[in-house]
Amino acid sequence: MKEEIFISGRNIPHIDPHLSIWEFPISLYLFLGGLSAGILLFSAFTHLLNKDEELKGTSKWAPLIVPFALAIGLLALIIDLGNPLYSWKLYTTIRLESPMSWGAWVLLIVTPLSILWVFSDLRKLFPKLDYTKLPFLFKVEDFCVKYKKQMALALIPLTIILGIYTGILLSAFNARPLWNNAILGPLFLVSGLSTAAATIILFAKSAHERHLFSKIDVLLIVIELGLIIHLIMGYYAGNEMQVEAVKILVGGDLTTLFFGFFVALGLLLPLVLEVFELMGYKVPVVVPAILIIVSGLIFRVLMVEAGQITRILY
Amino acid sequence: MVIDTLKCVGCSDCVVACQTENDVPTGYCRDWVTESVTGTYPEVDIELRSERCNHCDNAPCVRTCPTEASHIIEGGIVLVDRDLCIGCGACIESCPYDARYRHPDLGVVDKCTFCVHRVKKGQDPACVSVCPTNCMYFGDLDDSNSKVAQLLAERKYKVLDKEAGTSPNVYYLI
Repeated sequence: MKEEIFISGRNIPHIDPHLSIWEFPISLYLFLGGLSAGILLFSAFTHLLNKDEELKGTSKWAPLIVPFALAIGLLALIIDLGNPLYSWKLYTTIRLESPMSWGAWVLLIVTPLSILWVFSDLRKLFPKLDYTKLPFLFKVEDFCVKYKKQMALALIPLTIILGIYTGILLSAFNARPLWNNAILGPLFLVSGLSTAAATIILFAKSAHERHLFSKIDVLLIVIELGLIIHLIMGYYAGNEMQVEAVKILVGGDLTTLFFGFFVALGLLLPLVLEVFELMGYKVPVVVPAILIIVSGLIFRVLMVEAGQITRILY
Repeated sequence: MVIDTLKCVGCSDCVVACQTENDVPTGYCRDWVTESVTGTYPEVDIELRSERCNHCDNAPCVRTCPTEASHIIEGGIVLVDRDLCIGCGACIESCPYDARYRHPDLGVVDKCTFCVHRVKKGQDPACVSVCPTNCMYFGDLDDSNSKVAQLLAERKYKVLDKEAGTSPNVYYLI
């Protein structure tokens, strides 16, 4: 038996008894980053496959929320900094070893690209928009339309990096055994794509589009469930610290949240509902879509919180 | 730095000296004393350790810092450049020793500096100089004639969280 205590009265805010340096704003940012990456990825693919008109919800409507989602995410990220006014110092260097560094750079490219991406179709969606008082906007629009294919080609790798980065940001810390799992990157990417597909279902303009994204979402949820099994197995196959860390999700304080709210209500139930809907049963598609989106956020809150409770034992 | 756990009595003088020397904000500390008890009563073994930033050779805080604020200076001391630190917390998350915190007034990340301002003048860090049992030693491990190098050559020692692969530079004599 071994027990350790601080006898010099250490009780540092946000550090003791366990870390709580990263809180809800970070989880929100990871969620919105993954969601935005997913929507842009689907939208870029739709454009490259020349399905813009067939899948209007994907190509035009859903991307409308992306610049706002990224702006809120970035704002949350900056609020969470200790020194928000110095956040520009992220862009004075590129450090490939630091996921936060290259993540910040990718965001710097994707955010304006998402605005241009939306802008290229804005007048088609809102015909009453009039740029005559700001004529340079016509030029911007021409530019966006002319280079839309190039933008789509750039967005595909960039959004995949953005989606996967939200997970790698956490898995890069070997001091937090629950995060230090290589599956976390792919899992966050797939979870982000799944929430994006669910959002697109809400924006879908035809039954065909809705069904297509229901099918895509079913596939993504199945992959996600597989990755979660892989994640849990990874902890059990790991060292003592990881076996200890996973107890928080399996049998510990956050079990109900993880298995009850995330896995059961957020993945299995919507999976069943979407399969039923595809089989022809009448299911309001809003229900599985919202469950998936909310559970995506719960998952990130849960992982950010749980990871900081786990630590290396010495 | 070498700390003799057999001589430490856990008085926490090192903690107070550091807080005073470095103007550490109230309620915060850059070093602390851990009491580690192993065994079952009556067969128990108590180890006292004055702990702080381990100034690792392979420092995860330096690796994960997005702005190069966390850096290693010549001689091996890990420091935070307050002009570059944005207070993102990546280094705090990456430290297996939980040796860092956000300064409540400045927003930047703060931690033990091995009293680099004193070391540059040829003095020992405040914690070392104040220790009433002389259980702490500070010096150049690359110099085989230094007290710290000799202690490590003669005595049994350990480092904390060896498994984390950080190559820490605070050694505990056991």
